[in-house]
Amino acid sequence: MPKKKKKKVRRFYDYSLLFTIVFLTIFGLVMIYSSSSYMAQINYKGNAGYFMTRQAMIALGGFFVMIIISRMDYHWYAGLASLAIMVSWGLMIAVTLFGREVNGKKRWIELGPASFQPTELVKITVIVALAVLITRLGKNIDRMAGVVRVGLIAGPLAAIVAANNLSSGIIIVGIAFVMMFVASQKKMPYFLCVLAAAVVLIFAGPIGHVLTALKILKPYQLSRINVWLDPEAYPTTGGYQVLQGLYAIGSGGLFGKGLGESIQKLGFVPESQNDMIFAIICEELGLFGAMMVIFLFVFMIYRFMLIASNAPDLFGALLVVGVMAHIAIQVILNIAVVTNTIPNTGITLPFISYGGTSVLFLMIEMGMVLSVSNQIRLEK
Amino acid sequence: MVQTKSRHRGKMTAVWLIASLLMVCLMGRLVYLMIFCSEHYSRMAEDLHQRERTIKAARGRILDRNGTVIATNRTVCTISVIHNQITDKDEVTNVLSNALGLPRDDVRKKVEKYSAREIVAVNVDKELGDTIRNYRLDGVKVDEDYKRYYPYNSLASKVLGFTGGDNQGIIGLEVVYEEWLKGTNGLILTQADAAGVEIENAFEDRVEPVAGADLTISLDVNIQTYAQQAAGKVMEEKGAKRVSVIVMDPRNGEIYAMVNVPEFDLNDPFALNTEPEAGAAVSRQDLLNQMWRNPSINDTYEPGSTFKIITAAAGLEAGAVNLEDRFSCPGFRVVEDRKIRCHKVGGHGAETFLQGAMNSCNPVFIDVGQRLGVDQYYHYFTQFGLLGKTGIDLPGEASTIMHRKENMGLVELATVSFGQSFQITPLQLITTAASIVNGGNRVTPHFGIRAVSSDGTSVRKFSYPIREGVVSEETSEKMRYILEQVVSEGSGKKAALPGYSIGGKTATSEKLPRSLKKYISSFVGFAPADDPQVIALVTIDEPVGIYYGGTIAAPVIADLFKNILPYLGIEAEKAQ
Repeated sequence: MPKKKKKKVRRFYDYSLLFTIVFLTIFGLVMIYSSSSYMAQINYKGNAGYFMTRQAMIALGGFFVMIIISRMDYHWYAGLASLAIMVSWGLMIAVTLFGREVNGKKRWIELGPASFQPTELVKITVIVALAVLITRLGKNIDRMAGVVRVGLIAGPLAAIVAANNLSSGIIIVGIAFVMMFVASQKKMPYFLCVLAAAVVLIFAGPIGHVLTALKILKPYQLSRINVWLDPEAYPTTGGYQVLQGLYAIGSGGLFGKGLGESIQKLGFVPESQNDMIFAIICEELGLFGAMMVIFLFVFMIYRFMLIASNAPDLFGALLVVGVMAHIAIQVILNIAVVTNTIPNTGITLPFISYGGTSVLFLMIEMGMVLSVSNQIRLEK
Repeated sequence: MVQTKSRHRGKMTAVWLIASLLMVCLMGRLVYLMIFCSEHYSRMAEDLHQRERTIKAARGRILDRNGTVIATNRTVCTISVIHNQITDKDEVTNVLSNALGLPRDDVRKKVEKYSAREIVAVNVDKELGDTIRNYRLDGVKVDEDYKRYYPYNSLASKVLGFTGGDNQGIIGLEVVYEEWLKGTNGLILTQADAAGVEIENAFEDRVEPVAGADLTISLDVNIQTYAQQAAGKVMEEKGAKRVSVIVMDPRNGEIYAMVNVPEFDLNDPFALNTEPEAGAAVSRQDLLNQMWRNPSINDTYEPGSTFKIITAAAGLEAGAVNLEDRFSCPGFRVVEDRKIRCHKVGGHGAETFLQGAMNSCNPVFIDVGQRLGVDQYYHYFTQFGLLGKTGIDLPGEASTIMHRKENMGLVELATVSFGQSFQITPLQLITTAASIVNGGNRVTPHFGIRAVSSDGTSVRKFSYPIREGVVSEETSEKMRYILEQVVSEGSGKKAALPGYSIGGKTATSEKLPRSLKKYISSFVGFAPADDPQVIALVTIDEPVGIYYGGTIAAPVIADLFKNILPYLGIEAEKAQ
């Protein structure tokens, strides 16, 4: 690049990521319409676009928020970390006390006509707060005191979230784990942790039985493990959702039935625009379409990695790593659940699944990442 | 400002690599599910989605021997409402309750019920269905369907039978020829959503229905109609419980008419045709079963004197008796220790066998029976086909109830000789009589003649066994002569018809227990006497007042023959 304009600093802006975000969001809207229109027509007086329209409006609003955030220096909200933690706690306590109960879980706070899932706020809070904390800790992250300080912020928040939403709790712990791993000089303890988790997963069946016998695990939790191991043995009880998802995935074949041609979305897969939307993608677009979606996410986290690696400082890098961990964990867990690779737990697919709070906070996170990317100076 | 160090970068790459690796593993899982398990899950999913809807095949028609349609199908409509599709509840309620004449509240309830499909009315006339369809109301469905329809209502009801809700035969010919009549239902394979609602424009596989074959039967609507009127008339006049008439072609067993009054309305087979007797502890279903019974073939009775035809034929065939053999009747006959009376208390005195037959004299036939002996009598009883069933193409034919040969003494032989102490169906009697007078060929009585497929390409003619030489032609000729004499000068005089030679035999059977003094009067007659082309049996069950067969049953045959002989092309002899 010629060195003509030395005065003006040329800054990077990750348009590839921006395009990926826009593409995934629009693809998500198409899939939400496809998977929800039939049931929406029945349940919302013929309004086939009910879910799609709602999602589109929030996504559009979120998009502008994202652009605004991306144009700001990310350092300014480091100061908001403490406030965010307090608000998070306040909202989590509020939701536990006054939340709207859906299927026995309190996950929603109602504010007039709008409702809001505070766990999404907690995720972003943890990312920002840990980025601030870990940057401040420096090398102390490898000391016991450092680990404890990180744990004190992430642990209790993860615990209160997990009480009503186990999977979000797991995601929060996962985000903290990845951020610590990246900042740390050590490898072994993290490797052992991952190994332990893998062993637990592989021997989930026997372990579950032992824990249930010791009355640590409740029978309904054991039944989830049993369903996971053999969904066809529980076609009407616990295995219904998983099995219907598998029917959808299996009947997709190589190139799928074609967009809009899913049968499983016609009330067979419950809430098909939500956690199970990936199954409908498989059914309509086939293995080919499903692979494309996964590749897009691989590409997206690749962009995160590039931005994090080139971030002007550790704080920016950690912000991006946190977001990267969030997206990666959620994508992997969602697809793993839908394909019955791990026991069923409710996790949405970022950008694609229906969910207003989720898409709004995802856009904020993307704004943060783009803002970090915007601070990268292009130099020759 | 804390700088990002290269170790951080390495770890970031590691995170990305691990995440990507996990995603690639999930892709592998997808390949496994979507390629290798695809067939398994596709099939299970298809089982879940596919709905089969049948298209009813039109049932074959039933035609009489002249091609008159006596059982056919009528298009009827089923009116139903689909809650989700209704836009104007009030109008739907108004239109349906007005058009169908249903209470508004009932219709409203169905309109407001949240269900996939609620049936408002079935078997609605096509015209009315079309009217409702023309309103084009959202959420109102008019489906066409076939319903069996019998244009002659009660004509030959117990023979034709009727069909049930799935258009399957319930009784009568409708049951026996079910396989021919029913046709093959078509299929529509569609896909349905989780609530079972069919998906519009979904892939449809359609198999067209094949209508059932048309069945032509030997029944003649005109003869049946006339016989039914005649039977109804005599039932009313004599206050009888039931009257049955069978008209048959003795040469091949084709049945022209089979009347059992009271008949019932085939278009409303579940309505009783009689008022149930007050206080009778009989369930409605029993009453219906009773109403649907065909007493001509489902019930047995003691034939009485008409059975003397069989005893005479056996005696003549065995050479045990001749027309001129002389007998003497003192009014009774003692067999072993039993004194068996003749119907004429004073006795018929001296008479020939022919006169004995004309008088229907019991002692004469007791003597013939005794001359034959148990072995020979039983031999002829079997040879005439009386032990088995006739093999008619109607369901539920009753078997003959007869003494076992080893239990038959001379007293039993004596009573059997004049038609008592055993039971046969009226159809068995007329079939055996026909076989004796037609030259000795045991015919199989039947209705079914042929079945023609709906497109006319395949014709199946039904054939029925005929056993020849049951009696010799000579014996048959003598029997025709005897029975002609019975009508022209003997106890069957009232069956005589000017211009025609008619053969026949009367009977008056006492119903069991004999203390009740209830009777069945009957008459079997055929014409022309020297070349029988039609044979008829009338049985009058429990007439009130005069109950002699010769007095009340014989005139029915005369009346019937007067009308049907010219119709059948049997001309009266001019010089009479």
